[in-house]
Amino acid sequence: MTAALEAGAGAPAQRIALVDLLDRLLAGGVVITGDLVISVADVDLVQISLRALITTVRDELLPEGES
Amino acid sequence: MTGTAVYLYGVARDLDPAALGGTPGVSGAAVRGVVAGGLTALVSTVRLDDYGEAALRANLEDLAWLEETARAHHEVVDRAAHAAPTAPVRIATLYRDDARVAEILADQRERFGEVLDGIAGRSEWGVKVYASPPEPAEPAGSDPGGGLEPRAEPLTGSRPPKPGAGAGTAYLRRRQDERRRREDAGRRMAERASALHAELAEHAIASRHHPPQDPRLSGRAGTQIMNAAYLLDDEREAGFLAAARAAAGHLEGVELEVTGPWPPYSFIDADTVSAAPAAGDPAS
Repeated sequence: MTAALEAGAGAPAQRIALVDLLDRLLAGGVVITGDLVISVADVDLVQISLRALITTVRDELLPEGES
Repeated sequence: MTGTAVYLYGVARDLDPAALGGTPGVSGAAVRGVVAGGLTALVSTVRLDDYGEAALRANLEDLAWLEETARAHHEVVDRAAHAAPTAPVRIATLYRDDARVAEILADQRERFGEVLDGIAGRSEWGVKVYASPPEPAEPAGSDPGGGLEPRAEPLTGSRPPKPGAGAGTAYLRRRQDERRRREDAGRRMAERASALHAELAEHAIASRHHPPQDPRLSGRAGTQIMNAAYLLDDEREAGFLAAARAAAGHLEGVELEVTGPWPPYSFIDADTVSAAPAAGDPAS
């Protein structure tokens, strides 16, 4: 029922949630072959990183899993 | 090894470099434009100490480093996107030097042209929908009827426990009811989310679903039942936001969070964008 509707472009910049940013930066954007890293590990690198990252955060914050 | 590499943020068309207003890039590096083939690549020079393969691999898994880099990357892309059509590239795309970047611009001119055509005059908006946390089952102590039960039984769907039925039976039945209730609630939520999506998608050129966010990363209680992105023509923003606001008002049991405008990160795929009449397409 409640809505948190952010104001448009003119509004004072609200700090963007990292998780929203990562949704876009790690899964979006034009994928082009770079000279470094990505050319070696290909696109998977960032996906693997995110997985590792989330696992890390999960382990730190919530040792017990949910059923 | 103290060499350098060139970090690419995105590619813009008709961008006035002044629009960046001195925004620092990743690792605080200055941002400049490499112009070729009518396109401007936004780049910074970075140290291989931080962005070489091994370093990058480690850094990308360091949350603080990743956050800093992601925010800097976004800041640059966002500034540019407000000034000119800008196609973000995926984070951590690195080249040897400016000459290589110019080469990429020339090689991929057509592809970037298509992508930029698809996003010019458009922005991405995000809509996240959460199931509201359930009402507390009993107002602890103020319930005159349910004295003996730890939790008030719902009046629907289950027979009251027979007198004399074992405590175990009652417990199992309660568990079962609870599970059924949760499943029903889940189904209702999914239906609401998909109705909402269909409504919002009517305003959009294209839409895309992101995986639900891990609550441990988002820090949000309540189940996220939708995490979608919509590509909107700038002039349809107002209608879209009004629709979202209206939906937030009339949909019970859900909370909406709208973010934007974003640079079109989720819509740089030429296929996604040219598959334009996305009206009501709930798939993918």
